[in-house]
Amino acid sequence: MAEPMRIRATMAGDVADIKVLMNHPMETGQRKDAKTGQLVPAHFIQDVTATINGVAVLSANLGSGVSKNPYLGFKVKGPKVGDKVVVNWTDNKGDKNTAETAIA
Amino acid sequence: MNALRRNVLKGAAGASTVAIAIAAGLLKPTQAMAAWNAPAFDAKNVGDAMKGLGVSAPADSKDILIKAPDIAENGAVVPVEVTSKIAGTTSIAILAEKNGTPLVGDFTLSGGSQGFISTRIKMGQTSLVRAVVKAGGKSYTAAKEVKVTIGGCGG
Amino acid sequence: MKQRMIMKLLAGMTGLGIALGAATVHATPEGDRQELAKFYTSKYPNIKLEDYVYGALAFDADSKAQYEAIMEFPPFESEIEKGRKMWETPFKNGKTYASCLPNGGNQIAGNYPMFDEAQGKVVTLQDVINACRTANGEEAYKINDMKTMGVLTSYMRTLSNGMIMNIKVESPKAVAAYEAGKKTFYSRSGQLNFACSSCHVQNAGNRLRSELLSPAIGHAVHWPVFRGGDNLVTLQQRYDGCFKQVRAVPPPQGGTVMNNLEYFHSSLSNGLPMKASVFRK
Repeated sequence: MAEPMRIRATMAGDVADIKVLMNHPMETGQRKDAKTGQLVPAHFIQDVTATINGVAVLSANLGSGVSKNPYLGFKVKGPKVGDKVVVNWTDNKGDKNTAETAIA
Repeated sequence: MNALRRNVLKGAAGASTVAIAIAAGLLKPTQAMAAWNAPAFDAKNVGDAMKGLGVSAPADSKDILIKAPDIAENGAVVPVEVTSKIAGTTSIAILAEKNGTPLVGDFTLSGGSQGFISTRIKMGQTSLVRAVVKAGGKSYTAAKEVKVTIGGCGG
Repeated sequence: MKQRMIMKLLAGMTGLGIALGAATVHATPEGDRQELAKFYTSKYPNIKLEDYVYGALAFDADSKAQYEAIMEFPPFESEIEKGRKMWETPFKNGKTYASCLPNGGNQIAGNYPMFDEAQGKVVTLQDVINACRTANGEEAYKINDMKTMGVLTSYMRTLSNGMIMNIKVESPKAVAAYEAGKKTFYSRSGQLNFACSSCHVQNAGNRLRSELLSPAIGHAVHWPVFRGGDNLVTLQQRYDGCFKQVRAVPPPQGGTVMNNLEYFHSSLSNGLPMKASVFRK
């Protein structure tokens, strides 16, 4: 199962600065295994959604061109310290992961 | 309920279907927006990827700022930051033009999200990194060249 | 093209080699360090010595900006987390690394490599970790096994962040080990006939084809590194790579030649702060 994802969310003025690090191999399906010479099957996060106190703030589609252990940073105007940020992802094999944090 | 939801998703080719589903309370907005845009991501060139995104002939815009390196330290992790100063920005897509499949990510912003996305992308070779922004029903674009070299002392 | 570059490098080195060679005959380790620092800072008056901890990045703002963007939330955080778990997991006898290392393992990395008078040889931080393991009935890790020793030190060295590198070279035997390391550093080897110093002294700040060469001062403070964000490389692993790049046979990692080289090379960074584990290209 996937390793935990990390979220950092801090207020800067009235804007929440949210940074997410997901743990995922993000295989393109075009890379060959160094030992076997076989193609490593594509395995990458396709969807990421983020909500603050239940309100959708980001909905992303990713391709395999996003780097391994994907990083996402975005900024949201309006939330307050203590508001709950929830991030979910789903990959092309149907694996899912979720994490949440309170805005600091 | 679950079977119904699945059928709704399957049949949700047209945006209107989704809108109706949301109105009917069958789908939460976050789930509906997450449907993966396979035609855009599987596209092998920029033109087809744009078509997949529903974008044609986006206007060049100086209000889109792309912060990306001149020369990538490592093509496997190229930090890219896109800021759109265009009012009412609803989505930002990032493309690495000469990648096998150019579309890297499509980010839909809502609920107070600013016109800003920061991420790290893979680049197979030197090419333009392009941002496509949708705002107020129109689309805009800007691009910056990032050189990719092979090697690396890494001291 | 490649040949022309190498010829240019060789031509540049001849003059400098003589100057440095002549000046180091009766030098002390601290004298060596100061002289090298003077060489770099007079060549690059606009770059502060403390920025040399960034290696080649100090010479290129575009590269440095990428480093900073990646270090903001490094993709290798989960690896360091694995190292933390290894560090905190007690041995079978219930003891821990913290209980058998000086100062609980905190703020000590800048003292290594250290010349151990009792053993009459240089010991690296990896040696001390292994000594701790064997003293507690565990098997020693292979020095160059990135999955064990590498991951463990990627966390363990973060406990010394901010510590000032402080390599001591005092007894005659210690000086002899230092001198042996220095000799390796300045001796040409391999089919390309390069010394460490060819790139990292004489040509630091210059480009070798696409590669910007880093200065030797500041090298030793930030290992291990995660190259490309996920490939863990320790300092001696990097030496191994350098030897291979000049088409030389690398001495074994953890052996006397490598350890003495690390001893000398680390002392050049005395006075600079430690920082682990970082991104490199």
